Amino acid sequence: MAAGAASGGSATTDTYKEARTWLLLPAWVTLCILILAPVLMMLVYSFLTKEFRGGVIWEFSLAAYDQFFFDRGLFGDDPPKIEWTYIAIFWRSIWQAGAATLLSLVIGFPTAYFIATRAENMRPVWVFLITIPYWVNLLIRTVSMKFLLRDQGPLNDFLINIGLIDSPLHIVNTNFAVQLGLFYSYLPFMVLPIYAAVERYNFNLSEAAADLYASKWTTLRRILLPAVKPGVIAGCILVFVPSMGSFLAPDLLGGAKNFMIGSLIEEQFKGNAGNWPFGAAASMILLTMVLIILMIFARQQAKAEKSGG
Amino acid sequence: MLREAHLSDKENIAIDVRDAVKRYGDFTALKKISLSIMDNEFFTLLGPSGCGKTTLLRMIAGFEDVTEGAIFLYGDEIENLPPNKRPVNTVFQNYALFPHMTILDNVAFGLEMRGASKADARTKAGEMLELVQLSQFSARKPSQLSGGQQQRVALARALAPQPKVLLLDEPLSALDLKLRKAMQLELKHLQRETGITFIFVTHDQEEALTMSDRIAVMSAGEMQQLGSPTDIYERPHNMFVADFIGETNLLEVSVDGIADGRATCHLGGGHELTCNAVDGIGVGSKVHMSIRPERLYMSAEPTASEGLHGRVKDNIFVGTDITTIVQLDEGPDFVVRTSNSDRGNKRIFEPGTEMFVNMERGAARLLAD
Amino acid sequence: MASTNFDIKTYPGFKAVTLLCLIVLYAPLVVVTIYSFNASQSLTNWEGISLRWYADVFSGPESSKFKEAAKNSFIIAIIAATVSTSIATLAATGMVRGGKFKLRTVSFGLISLPLMVPEIVTAVATLIFFNSIGFDRGIMTILLAHIAFCIPFAYLPISARMQGIEDSYEQAAQDLYATKRQAFTKILLPLMMPGIISGFLLAFIVSLDDFIITNFVKGAGVETLPTAIFGSVKQGIKPNIMAISTMLLGVSVVMVTISYFVSKKDNTK
Repeated sequence: MAAGAASGGSATTDTYKEARTWLLLPAWVTLCILILAPVLMMLVYSFLTKEFRGGVIWEFSLAAYDQFFFDRGLFGDDPPKIEWTYIAIFWRSIWQAGAATLLSLVIGFPTAYFIATRAENMRPVWVFLITIPYWVNLLIRTVSMKFLLRDQGPLNDFLINIGLIDSPLHIVNTNFAVQLGLFYSYLPFMVLPIYAAVERYNFNLSEAAADLYASKWTTLRRILLPAVKPGVIAGCILVFVPSMGSFLAPDLLGGAKNFMIGSLIEEQFKGNAGNWPFGAAASMILLTMVLIILMIFARQQAKAEKSGG
Repeated sequence: MLREAHLSDKENIAIDVRDAVKRYGDFTALKKISLSIMDNEFFTLLGPSGCGKTTLLRMIAGFEDVTEGAIFLYGDEIENLPPNKRPVNTVFQNYALFPHMTILDNVAFGLEMRGASKADARTKAGEMLELVQLSQFSARKPSQLSGGQQQRVALARALAPQPKVLLLDEPLSALDLKLRKAMQLELKHLQRETGITFIFVTHDQEEALTMSDRIAVMSAGEMQQLGSPTDIYERPHNMFVADFIGETNLLEVSVDGIADGRATCHLGGGHELTCNAVDGIGVGSKVHMSIRPERLYMSAEPTASEGLHGRVKDNIFVGTDITTIVQLDEGPDFVVRTSNSDRGNKRIFEPGTEMFVNMERGAARLLAD
Repeated sequence: MASTNFDIKTYPGFKAVTLLCLIVLYAPLVVVTIYSFNASQSLTNWEGISLRWYADVFSGPESSKFKEAAKNSFIIAIIAATVSTSIATLAATGMVRGGKFKLRTVSFGLISLPLMVPEIVTAVATLIFFNSIGFDRGIMTILLAHIAFCIPFAYLPISARMQGIEDSYEQAAQDLYATKRQAFTKILLPLMMPGIISGFLLAFIVSLDDFIITNFVKGAGVETLPTAIFGSVKQGIKPNIMAISTMLLGVSVVMVTISYFVSKKDNTK
């Protein structure tokens, strides 16, 4: 109707327009003080001088970033060389997160598709089944995964008992265990957006493709995938981003060899080896990477929407 | 209307809209509308979707603020009052029955908000439900009622606080055809019985013609014509009204001459018609002419001087009528409607037959634009 | 490709992958639940069903530590969920019913900030913040951090719910002489209730489950269940940990199930 068209068809209405500021104020205040201000303070700390037993000295210093990127020898007076230790840890985190994302996609896409093509009243039940484990404590899930995969754990017992293997598989403390743990941590984030996209997909398009002599797999590749691409990209981002900064899966399933950013950061704030400015700097670098990825993603989504998505 | 003479009369004018403008940013939804709705009138705002009729209704209800202009309710200026301070009630298009309350509590809500005790409000609400014959459902939730029943609850809820004016925003659009026809009569009856002024919004011209005392036809934020159903149907002011209300033959004509209040118009292909001259349309102007198809009839020989010669292209049976499409010699197509009950007097010709199209006197009208 | 299968929607193997997916998701949880009932002292051997490890949790050598941790966890979760749900309800009303305004996108960004910033970064930032203003770490710091972190989890189901409620209900209420406040408390709030309950339960679980932020901002000696479990697990997985895990798992599953059924109940129809 006229009024609906004039209000721009947006989902918002203005019943409480006058009270808006008061309604939003508690959220603004809470989040500004407890999330935004802390992040800014973290930025400040990354430019301060470290106190040897944790904490900082309020003196400007670039030492944290310098330590991250450059090696100046044992006494700090050698000519600077690129320091690879931390870059390697970041690189490993990206690689591990990427592998976990791929694993989630390979398993998550068929699952999301399968759920989206169930009878309409069964779909919420399937979604519910997929999301329940997500709401179980991440720590407990990771510990459970470790217990299951141990050398003397139930999985190896089972495989030896049925005669598939002779000696236990060493899974814990490998890269793969970490990837499996990350997959396990964030799978619903992959499934849900793809599910939403496939559910909106108009299957008449597939029928039209089949009618025009496309095989099923060609239809999947040429018609369905382009249509649900935004959902797939959203899923990949939602798995990749938290995977990169994760702490529990690498810490419990990866062991010392498979150190990721999360552990590196955590180490700076625990015990005596701590270096707060360095931890803050590493966090800032992680946050910057994540925000860049999210911004590129947001821009792409906006573009896709504009082009009649 | 003659009633305009009473403009100052506080008792007679229920709603007086003066130069009301509504803008949303750059978009103007209403362009300076002025109209007076009389006490005890069944008044309809009619127009296609997006014409501004719902916006106007919502401005009267208080859900949209007025960009410019003023609205008076029985002489009191109300455009700055919030909806809960205006003694007008609305029947919403989707009814907006509170889903978590029983039917009785829904109807009692307005009375309670106006300060009635819970017990009084419920007693009164019970009486209202009796009026719409839904007493036996008072303990149910809205979702347990059919669309027609929900509609009547919405009506009872809006009437319970005895508003000075009742606003109805396309309340029948969600009902099926049969129920809609029944509700049209019931609404009209209810309006007569309660004596409350009804302002009814619809895009359905048939509904508007059936129920209203007066109709305001709106388009693109402007009022096109205000008048009784007969006025609007028989004497449309402009092409929009002629085209929007009912079916019509709209012909491009040029006015060849005017004499004794009659204009001679040229249709093309050498055909000529005369009709009442209209102020502002002079000799030589090219304008539109509207002729309702039911006011045309066919004959083998010309019955009057103005018989138009042509050939039948097709007959379409539409239940109560037969619609005949006629191609005039080297001229435009005509649609002629013959009522089935009239077939004793009027002839139907087979496709391909040559015949004459004749017109009742006064059937053709020249339109300003 | 199965030649007999002409259904354009079905792809061979997708069902198998889905089942595999469910197995991978549930196997660890099922295995831990089963082994929590193991009578054996060792982790590896199965010696029959017993409740000894549950008894151990409540009266064993570590019981006082876990009871204290559980008490902290639940107190924090209840308060954090209540406060964050209240804040989120008001914010959702402002966002969904506040019309268009300049700060709308900024506000939404702010509300979803805890979801965008990696949790470990939030943890570091919060620790640094409390340190910089000289706020002593303890239960209070955990609580404040949880309140902020839980807001988006409470906000999303509430605002989704509110978007599904047409504003004609509030308009009808005002048309029937209710003030805006009355329209809110008598009409909008009851209609939003499923979303609010859902939001509360999710916020509760998120607070109860949080490890990373809690681990950073908790003071020395203050433990919640996850940090206590983590401390134990660092020395190796023990059967009593599996018993605690099973109980906590049960709490989460029950709450999510309630949330699911509450949100499914559509009181606007």
